[in-house]
Amino acid sequence: MKLNRRSFVGAGVVAAASLSAPVVMGAARPRVVVIGGGAGGATAARYIAKGSKGAIDVTLIEPTRTYYTCFFSNLVLGGVRDFGSIGHTYGKLASDYGINVVHEWAIGVDRDAKTVTLASGSSLSYDRLILSPGIDFREGAVKGWDVTSQNKMPHAYKAGSQTQLLKAQIDAMPQGGTYAMIAPPNPFRCPPGPYERISMVAHTLKRHNPTAKILIIDPKPKFSKQGLFTDGWDRHYDGMIDIIGPDFGGADASVDPDAMTVTIDGEVTKVDVCNVIPAMKAGKIAEIAGVTNDKGWAPVNAHDMSSKMDENVHVLGDSSQQGDMPKSGFSANSQAKVCAMAVRGALTGSKVFPAKFSNTCWSLIEVDDGIKVGASYKATDAKIEKVSGFISKNGEDAGTRKATYEESVGWYNGITADMFG
Amino acid sequence: MRYSDVMKKIVIAATAILFSSTAFAEHTGVPTKGERVFRKCRSCHEVGEGAKYKVGPALNNLMGQQVGVLSGDKASKALRRAGELGMVWDLKTLEVFLRKPKALIPKTKMSFAGLKKHEDRANIIAYFSNLGAGEEAVKRDPRLSDEILALKGDVEYGEYLASGCTTCHQLDGSDQGLPSIIGWPTSIFATAMHAYKNKDRENPVMQQQAGALDNDEIAALAAFFSGVTK
Repeated sequence: MKLNRRSFVGAGVVAAASLSAPVVMGAARPRVVVIGGGAGGATAARYIAKGSKGAIDVTLIEPTRTYYTCFFSNLVLGGVRDFGSIGHTYGKLASDYGINVVHEWAIGVDRDAKTVTLASGSSLSYDRLILSPGIDFREGAVKGWDVTSQNKMPHAYKAGSQTQLLKAQIDAMPQGGTYAMIAPPNPFRCPPGPYERISMVAHTLKRHNPTAKILIIDPKPKFSKQGLFTDGWDRHYDGMIDIIGPDFGGADASVDPDAMTVTIDGEVTKVDVCNVIPAMKAGKIAEIAGVTNDKGWAPVNAHDMSSKMDENVHVLGDSSQQGDMPKSGFSANSQAKVCAMAVRGALTGSKVFPAKFSNTCWSLIEVDDGIKVGASYKATDAKIEKVSGFISKNGEDAGTRKATYEESVGWYNGITADMFG
Repeated sequence: MRYSDVMKKIVIAATAILFSSTAFAEHTGVPTKGERVFRKCRSCHEVGEGAKYKVGPALNNLMGQQVGVLSGDKASKALRRAGELGMVWDLKTLEVFLRKPKALIPKTKMSFAGLKKHEDRANIIAYFSNLGAGEEAVKRDPRLSDEILALKGDVEYGEYLASGCTTCHQLDGSDQGLPSIIGWPTSIFATAMHAYKNKDRENPVMQQQAGALDNDEIAALAAFFSGVTK
């Protein structure tokens, strides 16, 4: 049995010619449209195309030609990785898997007609629609900030030019200056993400700007891997990082992007860099498609990631409200495989197995000091339910922490190969 | 990289030999027995910590390697060419090569007649697979019954379950930071997974993954991955 790309391309041609799709008798191949080319969407498109060997027509809609992963973008901010290393393109999905990759914005979904409208005005019909648009920010979540301020006060919570901008601002901070982060309320993309970012900002400041200060303004009383992060900050960046939690006004901060000030509990603080990470909701197209709830997320069935509002629409990753899994690239990738299997089963009659999910989130505190948290999950009728989990421990030896970081690099290479071929 | 006619011939030759070897279907080698078989190779090859190129290369990370890579500059033209055409050391290529090296790579410099007994080949392949596991070498766990290790896995189910592994481990066998898990003998693969499940092996991510699998699911994964080649 050979399962590589070379043989797939050959086998796909034969299969496409000889297979008939049982669901759409005599009609053209069943069509799947995937919106969003990240960890959920790219993986789902690839697994459907690969598994169906050409029997399903797969279109992937993703506006950017080069996709920068949010995961490891904090390492770019810290100077541990270069920006180019987190950029990926879609060429192989087109050439090796026969996926129709369309670099455009999807601006409309008609669930009755089963069509998607693109910004150019053209329209695509689907038998199944998979939405994996990531997150958007809630308007008015941080007083004084909106997306027009994102150049002065970057979020850098969608990787790409925002990552480069925030890095440039950190690198240009005056000696002894202040970097402030407005951390987001739950639920949000990548629970350890803001705190890994703090670690990486501290890593670079310690080397180039050792008298600088870091201020975290956080509306949450606690955060992911908190004990591990604060232990690491004490060991590596003693005295550099201050947290203002909800008890001290962390939930009631406002910003003035022109004056570069943050106001907490009426007290105005001048800062040099202000990284505003606002409250989040599902990516806009999920809302346009009408599959989101009053909380702004898209509820899904755990067995196949189908929307609770439309069985022909699936929602993956950060946009979905699925139960116990954190919003992470690993989770989206895991959910995409369950979804791909279910979609193939529905459209071509291929075998469907019980859903299994897993997630691991690695974070880097300082060079060679990596930590991780993870869990396995199962599908119940109510939600994706956690089965069991693990977390790194304080006091682990340096070898373990280094191995954890090296494992995360292996994972990065693995998941990006799993997404982009 | 494309398969050329040369590679096709090699593949056809290998396939013909494979299908004539009826016992090959059972990949149930025992690493400790393989270690004894390896004595025959020691005059030319070293393994273990500090192993160096002797007459031939050190064989610590043989499984999943592109043919010729371990020999570096010293690789023969024939070996390097086979590697460049995409040949990798895995269950199938090693089974053929070890039986009669020159049958697979006619111009190899390795002057070894071959291991005639299938059992010896299966054992030494199990031994080589185990070396790839480094410090966490697969030891036979007395709690694992022969029945569990001999379970015949459902390859199709294994392919689905494997998608839970390929978030980290790459299907093309590249090992940038994490080990390659393709082409392992089923018994070795299953033993390693049960060791994680029983928490005899320490990596928490792997304990998590293996802990979510039952005996049949581990067998399904073992069956799937044993059949994946580069």
